[in-house]
Amino acid sequence: MQTNFTADQLRDPDTASSNQILRTCVHCGFCTATCPTFLLLGDELDSPRGRIYLIKDMLESGRDATEEVVRHVDRCLSCLSCMTTCPSGVNYMHLVDHARTHIEATYVRPWHDRALRRVLATVLPRPGLMRMALLAARLARPFAGLLPRGPLVFKRLHAMLRMTPANLPANAAVAPQVFRPIGPRRGRVALLAGCAQQVLDPAINDATIRLLTRMGIEVVVAKGAGCCGALAHHMGKHDPAMDAARANIAAWSGELDGEGLDAIIVNASGCGTTVKDYGFMFRAERGVWPKQAARIAELALDISEYLLRIGYAASRPAADLTVAYHSACSLQHGQKITEAPKTLLRQAGFKIVEPAEAHICCGSAGTYNILQPDIADQLRARKLGNLAATGADLIAAGNIGCMTQLAGEALPIVHTVELLDWMAGGPAPKKLKMPALAAD
Amino acid sequence: MIEQPEPLHDVLARRDSIVAGLRRLLPESGVIAEPLRLKPYETDGLSAYRQTPMAVVLPETTEQVAAIMAFCSSEGVRVVPRGAGTSLSGGALPMEDAVVVGLMRMNRILDIDYADRCAVVQAGVTNIGITQAVSARQFFYAPDPSSQLACMIGGNVNMNSGGAHCLRYGVTANNLLGLKIVTVDGQIVDIGGAHLDAAGLDWLGLLTGSEGQLAIVTEVTVRILRSPEGARAMLAAFKSNEIAGACVDSIISSGIIPVALEFMDRPAIHACEAFAHAGYPLDAEAMLIIEVEGSVAEQDDLLGRISAICARHDPISLKVAESAEQSAAIWKGRKGAFGAVGRISPDYLCMDGTIPTSQLPAVLRRIGEMSASYGLQVANIFHAGDGNLHPLIMFDANDPSSFHKAEAFGADILKLCVEVGGCLTGEHGVGVEKRDLMGVQFTEIELDQQRRLKSAFDPGWLLNANKVFPLTAALRAA
Ligand SMILES: Cc1cc2nc3c(=O)[nH]c(=O)nc-3n(C[C@H](O)[C@H](O)[C@H](O)COP(=O)(O)OP(=O)(O)OC[C@H]3O[C@@H](n4cnc5c(N)ncnc54)[C@H](O)[C@@H]3O)c2cc1C
Ligand code: SF4
Ligand code: SF4
Repeated sequence: MQTNFTADQLRDPDTASSNQILRTCVHCGFCTATCPTFLLLGDELDSPRGRIYLIKDMLESGRDATEEVVRHVDRCLSCLSCMTTCPSGVNYMHLVDHARTHIEATYVRPWHDRALRRVLATVLPRPGLMRMALLAARLARPFAGLLPRGPLVFKRLHAMLRMTPANLPANAAVAPQVFRPIGPRRGRVALLAGCAQQVLDPAINDATIRLLTRMGIEVVVAKGAGCCGALAHHMGKHDPAMDAARANIAAWSGELDGEGLDAIIVNASGCGTTVKDYGFMFRAERGVWPKQAARIAELALDISEYLLRIGYAASRPAADLTVAYHSACSLQHGQKITEAPKTLLRQAGFKIVEPAEAHICCGSAGTYNILQPDIADQLRARKLGNLAATGADLIAAGNIGCMTQLAGEALPIVHTVELLDWMAGGPAPKKLKMPALAAD
Repeated sequence: MIEQPEPLHDVLARRDSIVAGLRRLLPESGVIAEPLRLKPYETDGLSAYRQTPMAVVLPETTEQVAAIMAFCSSEGVRVVPRGAGTSLSGGALPMEDAVVVGLMRMNRILDIDYADRCAVVQAGVTNIGITQAVSARQFFYAPDPSSQLACMIGGNVNMNSGGAHCLRYGVTANNLLGLKIVTVDGQIVDIGGAHLDAAGLDWLGLLTGSEGQLAIVTEVTVRILRSPEGARAMLAAFKSNEIAGACVDSIISSGIIPVALEFMDRPAIHACEAFAHAGYPLDAEAMLIIEVEGSVAEQDDLLGRISAICARHDPISLKVAESAEQSAAIWKGRKGAFGAVGRISPDYLCMDGTIPTSQLPAVLRRIGEMSASYGLQVANIFHAGDGNLHPLIMFDANDPSSFHKAEAFGADILKLCVEVGGCLTGEHGVGVEKRDLMGVQFTEIELDQQRRLKSAFDPGWLLNANKVFPLTAALRAA
């Protein structure tokens, strides 16, 4: 597609990268068909091609972001379904990241929006604060009915309250330490212990560590590593995102140059997409950072990729359960991992089924379900309907965001790694609430 | 930039009251009139031509469309219908004084009748959406434009779209049973229905391929077919475009009709392989995708006979897909072909002429020569079985001289098609792109007859007035 940037504009590395991306787009419109917001809203402006055009116009003109553009960019889930569909290889992710940074820098949001975003960006990445917030929210839950339904501010509060688990798990965040392998050491990996996930569902990290150490892998939770930066990144908050990423790069580089690492394991695929992008995020930084970041990004693997690489094997007899595999967008579109989790679950003895519209987002999308509750609710209902129609006994997914979004309905939802750990000798996931099966 | 009809200045002057009138007819999100939000509607699949409209409306029902049309015709406002905006001939290009009527919110399947093998769908249902709705019962909707993922049935009807499998199943026109249309003055009319060959004039035939010149289509009744027992694709790789072209002619003249017979040359093979990882032969100058259907025995028999014909044309390799996944990957590459060319060139013009298959080798040679003399690369991807060429002329839209050369090169290719006994458009329609070349194919008398037909439906020339017919003095002066 034709673009219209001045030589001066193109000296900015972000603009130069966006120009390259825009020129790759041939405006064929294929991506519109698989975009969740286009399916729901039926407006070019809420399609990838429309957003690309809005962003192009905003960046070319050098204008500050305006409400008209922000409205449609904010509605984007960053599910990256458009990137899977695009035959031309348009990197929508980097383009929309640039747009979000530009919006954050030049657009003044209404006070309540600003306040909410600040709270989310402060609380979610910090497990301690997050836990306190959830405890407070649990106290507030019984009063949710008193909140008015109409205005967006209240819809967002409702959405937040609904997300809080009915029973907050005990504080089980993993402290930085080294988990020794059982038996001879076959490998050594760092685990991104994460932020929100640790508070919402510590069982995921526990299962990951149990499974890996049982397979002879030493697991390091590195001191200084924390949130991957994705939450701030998706809100266009450049500096906090870079700070979080920098802390991880430093922590893991220390391990890599010390005792060595075979991989950096991520078990929340939303985070995985970001860690794998560190190389790009740091490309224009000074000193050793671009190189270090690229090295870390190369090592990052989703837990399913790593398990397939080292060879997973079940040790229990098959549980005779049918699992509906929910493919998180960050796995299937962000990281192009589609088969590994299903292959592993089959190796573990489960029967795998997939819902219709498997490529469409469940509406979780990081903080999206709080910021855009209307669209998120519609997508949630659509996804739950498709999952229920499979007739499965339970749902497996590789991302905490989806798990929170889809929890609470008829079908239990667990992380893929919990099922794999169970069938390799670990305890049955508590969320299954199947006493007969849970018995060891 | 393409010449547009002179905007109606009195309409532009009444812009605010017209927009206010439209807002009374539709919910808030259904009317777009802010300049920044109109921008993404300024173009379609042919992004070299652009014009922001006065407003965009997004109706959800036939009644809303009727209200919009009644309002626009009483106000004398021009209208541009739009489906998914994938037209490659600029069919959905707006005018400055026009209201774009976007049908994409009308995306519901209304009725499926398996016994009578038909489905009634709204105009904004995507082509593939129809097949997806019936595939669980082993049915499908046959015409399969490469854009089938995104393009909408209302657009398909208006462009009489074709696709790879039309060699066997026919184009859109051969798979339609009925339409619900809204006339320019807002009347709702039903045409045809659940059975073939309705009484009276062939209105259905007239409206199919009418490029939004005659009416707005809001519902379509299509024929659905039973899925074949099985299908298999094979890839045949050749040493030159002309040899592959000659092989196509041998297959067709042998009397075998495969379900699909598609051609790709070297640049196309490489771009598509990068997207689809389908195992395309990267050492070939040209490649054919040939698909057959039926029972395994029928498939084996046909593939055997086709392989024998290919073998007479000194192939580099012949490869039959071994699994459904391999076949799917082969088609993913072909269907993504135009987009995939975006990987090797920032912009392309996609031509759409038709020629007798016997002329393929000669025409491909001439295109090669023109490419050298214009200094612009070409990727050839097309429905070879019915002689429908899609040379993609690669250019750089950021360089105006490159675009002008591409336009001239394209016109030369289309003239060549007419010269060898073919025609200007196979399936993408005339749109604005080929509008000014209509004189190459038709005499002024023929054009005037066609204009009269349009006037009978649309006396004020409010519908898509910038397309299909070379601009008359009246439109130029408005
Ligand atoms: C990558 C790519 C590949 C393609 N491959 C093929 C192919 O293989 N075969 C093929 O035939 N075409 C192909 N096309 C062209 C295009 O997809 C078709 O012409 C398609 O039918 C257009 O449908 P649409 O919904 O996008 O309509 P639009 O592009 O939005 O509109 C097309 C025309 O129809 C009119 N129109 C649309 N809807 C209505 C309605 N409801 N009532 C009245 N008028 C209406 C518009 O005014 C316009 O003139 C391809 C396009 C692309 C980008
Ligand atoms: S599919 Fe890719 S090339 Fe086509 S419009 Fe979307 S982003 Fe652009
Ligand atoms: S990332 Fe998802 S929501 Fe955003 S434009 Fe792409 S497909 Fe649509």
